[in-house]
Amino acid sequence: MIRINCPVCGLRNETEFTYGADATVSRPAMDENEMKPWLDYVFNRTNPRGWHKEYWHHVQGCRQWLVLERNTLTHEIGACELAREVTE
Amino acid sequence: MRRLQKGGRIDRSKPLNVSFEGDKLPAFQGDTLASAMLAAGVSLAGRSFKYHRPRGIYSAGVEEPGALVHLREDDRHEPNVRATTAEAFDGLTATAQNAWPSLTFDVGAVNNWFSPFLSAGFYYKTFVGPFKHSTKFWMMCETFIRRAAGMGRAKYLADPDSYEKRNAFCDVLVIGGGAAGLSAALAAGRAGAQVILVEQDFELGGAILSDPAESESDQWLTKVRTELENMDNVRILIRTTAFGAYDGDTYGLIERVCDHVKAPENHQVRQRYWLVHARRAVMATGAIERPLVFGSNDKPGVMLAGSARTYLNRFAVLAGQNVIVTTNNNSAYSVAADLARSGATVTVADLRAQVSACVQQIATDAGATVLVGHGVLEAKGGRKVAAAEVVPVDSSGRATGNGKTLKADLIAVSGGWAPAVHLWSQRFQKPVYKEEGACFVPLQDDGHTLRSAGISNAASDLEDVISQGFALGTQSAGETGADGDIGLCPEAFTTGPFWQQGMSPVWAVFNTNGSPQGKAFVDFQHDVKISDVDQAHLEGYISVEHLKRYTTTGMATDQGKLSNVNALARMAELRRQSIPEVGTTTFRPPFTPVSMGSIVGQEHGRHFRPTRLSPIHQWHQENGALMTEAGAWMRPWYYPQTGEGLQDAYVREAAHVREHVGMIDVSTLGKIAVQGPDAAEFLNRIYVNGWKTLAVGRLRYGAMLREDGFVMDDGATARLGENDYFMSTTTANAAKVLAFAEHLLQTAWKDLKVHVTTVTDQWAAIAVAGPKSRALLTEVTGTDLSRETVPNNHFTHAEIGGVGVRIHRMSYSGELAYEVYIPAGYGRHVWETLYTAGSPFELRPYGTEAMGALRIEKGHIAGPEIEGRTTLRDLGLEGFASSKKPFVGSILCKRPVLEEASRPILVGLEIEGATGAKAGSILFPNVGETKGHGDGWVSSTTYSPALGKNIALGLLKNGKFRAGETIRVVNFVGNETLRAKVVSPHFFDPEGERQNG
Repeated sequence: MIRINCPVCGLRNETEFTYGADATVSRPAMDENEMKPWLDYVFNRTNPRGWHKEYWHHVQGCRQWLVLERNTLTHEIGACELAREVTE
Repeated sequence: MRRLQKGGRIDRSKPLNVSFEGDKLPAFQGDTLASAMLAAGVSLAGRSFKYHRPRGIYSAGVEEPGALVHLREDDRHEPNVRATTAEAFDGLTATAQNAWPSLTFDVGAVNNWFSPFLSAGFYYKTFVGPFKHSTKFWMMCETFIRRAAGMGRAKYLADPDSYEKRNAFCDVLVIGGGAAGLSAALAAGRAGAQVILVEQDFELGGAILSDPAESESDQWLTKVRTELENMDNVRILIRTTAFGAYDGDTYGLIERVCDHVKAPENHQVRQRYWLVHARRAVMATGAIERPLVFGSNDKPGVMLAGSARTYLNRFAVLAGQNVIVTTNNNSAYSVAADLARSGATVTVADLRAQVSACVQQIATDAGATVLVGHGVLEAKGGRKVAAAEVVPVDSSGRATGNGKTLKADLIAVSGGWAPAVHLWSQRFQKPVYKEEGACFVPLQDDGHTLRSAGISNAASDLEDVISQGFALGTQSAGETGADGDIGLCPEAFTTGPFWQQGMSPVWAVFNTNGSPQGKAFVDFQHDVKISDVDQAHLEGYISVEHLKRYTTTGMATDQGKLSNVNALARMAELRRQSIPEVGTTTFRPPFTPVSMGSIVGQEHGRHFRPTRLSPIHQWHQENGALMTEAGAWMRPWYYPQTGEGLQDAYVREAAHVREHVGMIDVSTLGKIAVQGPDAAEFLNRIYVNGWKTLAVGRLRYGAMLREDGFVMDDGATARLGENDYFMSTTTANAAKVLAFAEHLLQTAWKDLKVHVTTVTDQWAAIAVAGPKSRALLTEVTGTDLSRETVPNNHFTHAEIGGVGVRIHRMSYSGELAYEVYIPAGYGRHVWETLYTAGSPFELRPYGTEAMGALRIEKGHIAGPEIEGRTTLRDLGLEGFASSKKPFVGSILCKRPVLEEASRPILVGLEIEGATGAKAGSILFPNVGETKGHGDGWVSSTTYSPALGKNIALGLLKNGKFRAGETIRVVNFVGNETLRAKVVSPHFFDPEGERQNG
C-alpha cells in the first residue's frame, strides 16, 4: 500500500485516494477548435518508465486534486502538491 | 509410546482430546498436532500431490511440505493445514487429505507407477500433442489428473466465524520472537520507541524452545520476556505471522486469535488482519533447515534434524529409536547428542571428508557413532523408513564404494540452513549469495527501513545474533527519535554447535554411476524429483524462473521453503555455474498461506460496501415496500397490495399516477450546490446547453458530455439566487460528476470563482406526479401553484407541515408534476404530511419500477441509455447542444466516427404479442440470418399501462428512417425471438400537453 502525503491532511493511506489521470498533459483552452490538441489531451500518453506525475484525488479526505510524483518502475512516491498550485 | 516421561514444554497436567483419522492421540497443552501424532507413533500423515506417495512429518514448523491435513469438521473444516503449526486443542479432529478410499489403501497411488508420464513439463507436452485433437484429449485427461492429483478439499459451506481488520502504527516493528528479535525489541523498548513484536509461534523464544527445558537459554528467555512484558510501549503479538512487506512501510499480519480453540467464544473473531504502518522494521526471522537429496528421501521417517531436536526438547517426543543423522554441517551434532542421551541408538553419517575431533566428540560422548565421509544413498522400507543404505561418498556426494544397510526408523537430515529472507526480498530485491554458509542473505543497506538481524542475516554465532538484534533495535529506535537509556546488551548463553558452522556445500547423494538411487525428491509437496531438474536442463531450460514453472518446484503451498536451494544447486551443477550465477526466484507475499476470511474481514454480504438510505427509508419499509438496490442506495421498488407480484404492482402504480396522483422518494438524486460569481460560466462549460439566460426562480434540463464526447449525465439545475445554483445529477453518477467538476475547477479552470459542494445528503426529495398533483399541493401548502404563477421549469418556496420546502415544477413521468425539496431531517415528516393530506386525492406511493414504466412511455433516457457509448445524436438530444459556445466534449463529439449516419439511434419499439422484450436483446431485420451484432439492441423495456402493450426503448441503425418497419428482437440468452414495430420513442403524449397543463 502506498502512502500519500496530502498537503492538506498529511500522510494518509492510498485507500483514501483515487487515481485520476496523467498530470503531464494539459487541457487545451476552452476555445481550442482544432481536433488534434483534444485528441492528444484525451488519448495520447507517453507511459514513461521511472518518475512520473499523476493526478490523484483525495476523495475520502479534503477532496483536493493533487499532483503526485510516482516512480512507475519502483512504485516509490515523491513530492505531492495541490494541483491548483502547480498546474498551469 | 514415544512420549518421554519427563522434560519438554508441554503441560502434562492438561491432557487434550485430539484425533487423527478417527484415532485418539494422547496430547497435552503445548503440543502441536504433529507432535501429538509423533507421540502416538503415527507416521503416515497424507498422500503426495502427484504420485500419491506416503507422506510423513518432515519438519516442526511453517516449512512443512508433507503433513498437510484437513482440520475440524463441517462448516469449520479447513484444508491444507500444516500439522506442524496447528496448536493442539481439546476436541481437535483432523483427517488425511488426497487419499481415497483411505489413507493406507489409496487408489490414486497408481500414479506412482505412471510417474514416467508425469515428469517435468507434463502439462505442456500433453497440451501440444503428439495426438490428433490434442486439446480435447487434454481436457479429458485433465479431468482425471485433477481428481487424482491435488491437495485438500474445501467444503461448500459458509464460514460461521467472523474476522476483522485493524490498523496499527508503530516506530519499530520486530518480526520474529527468537533471540535476535527479543534483543531488538528490548533495545527499542528501552529507548522508548513504540514497538510491536510479532511471533508466529504460540510461544516466544524461537530456536531457544528447541533447547532442553530449564537449561541456561531458558533463564535468558524468561528474563528478557518478563522485561518486555512489563513495558507499556511494547505490544507483543504471538500466533501472529507477518506475511507481507509492502510499499510505504506497510506490513500485513495475520493474528490467529482463535485457531487454537475448537470454536471462538464470547464473540471473539477467528483471525485478525493487521495492517501495520511501521517507521522501521527489524526482520529477525531466523532460518529454515535445508533437506538432503537421496533415494526415497520423501519417505515418512525422514525428517529435518533440527526438527527432530525440537520434537525431543520442546514436546518430549522421541521421533525414532534407531536414528541415522546425516549432515553436511556441525549443527546436527547437538541433535545426535540429545537423541542419544534420550535413549536412541544414533549413527551420524557426515558427508564431509573431515570433521574435527571436538565436534565428533559431542556425539560420541553421548553414545552416538560417527561415520565421516558417509551419506545416505536411499531410505528403505514400505510406508515408512525401516533402514537406510549408508555409503562412503566423495566431496560431490557420489558413492565411492559399497554401502551397508543400517536399521533405522528415523533419518534426520541437515543440509545447512537457509535464512528466511522472504519479507526483505518482497520489499526490496532478490537476496545476495553468501559463499560462507552457501546461502542467500539480504543486502546490507542503512537506507532501507526494513533490515535483518540474527540468523536471517547469517549471524556467525549466538553472541553475534544477540548483539546484532540489540544493535539494530537501538539503531531503528534512534532513527525514529527514541533516545532513552538502552542499558546493556543481554549476555549470550551457552548452546550447542551453531546453525551452520563448518558447512560443506553438498546436498545430494548419488550412486557410483552418478545417478540418484530411485526417486530422489527436491520438492516434496509438488513431487518434483532431482531427475525432473535434470530433464528440464536437457530440454534447454536455463532461467531459474522457467525451471520453476516447468518443473513446478517451489510452487506448492510451502512456496519452495525447502526445495529452493536444492533445485538451484542442481541447476548450477548441471550448467557448471555457481549458484549466484544461476540466481534465485522471486519471493512474493504471503510468507505462509493467508485465509480468505481474514482478507475479506467484515466486508461481505450486506457489509461488502456501505448502504445508503434515504431519510424516508423507514416509512417505505413500514408500509410494505419491496426495496431494490440502486448503486449504493436502497430504493422502494414497488408497494405490493395483497397477493400482488412485481408485474401487477408496477402496472397498477403507473396507471394510478396517470389517472390520479402518486408520489415517489427521489432523495437519492445527486445534488450539488454550484456557487460563486462564475457559476453560470461554469455551467455553460460543463453542460452542452446555454445557462447565461436562466433567470432566478427558474430551472433547466441539462446534458453533459465526457471529455471524449460521449454523454456522461443529465439532470435539472435551478437558479436559486444571483450566484447560487442547485444542480441535480442521476443517482448513479453523482460522485463521478462532482469529482469531474472538482478536477476542472482545480486544474484547467482555476480562473473561475466557483465552489461545488455535494448537498445530496442535506436534501430529501419527493416527486408528486399526476393530474391531481397541483390540487393536492395547493391544498397542503396554501400556496398559489397555478399554471400562470408556477409554469413548467419554475420553482417556488412553500411550507408543508410547518417545514419550509422548495417546490420545483418539472416532470419525469410526463404528467403534471412537482419535485418537493425538503431539509433531509424533515423528509419523513413531509412525506407523511403529504400522504395524510393526499387521501381525498387518492394519493398513492409508487416505486422505481413504475417510475421506469412512466419514463419509458415518454421516451426519457436513463442509465441504460446513458451507458458510455452513446452520443447526443444517438439519444436524439443533439438539439440541446449550443453552437454558440464551447463545452466539455464539444470538439471530440464531432469525430467523424461519432457522426456516421448509420450509428444506432434511440427508437421506440412496440413489441408484438403478450411477452415483453428483455433488455440487452439484439435487433435484426425481419428477414435474414440472426448472427453477429445485428442492427442494434434493446436498452429499456416495460409494459405500458397507458398503451396497453409491451414497449421498449432501443438503439437501432438508421433508426430515424425505419419507423413502421417490423424487426426481430432476439434474446440469445433466453433463446427467444420476438417481433416489434419501430416507432417514435415518445410513445405517450408526444406534445407534452399533460406536463405543461
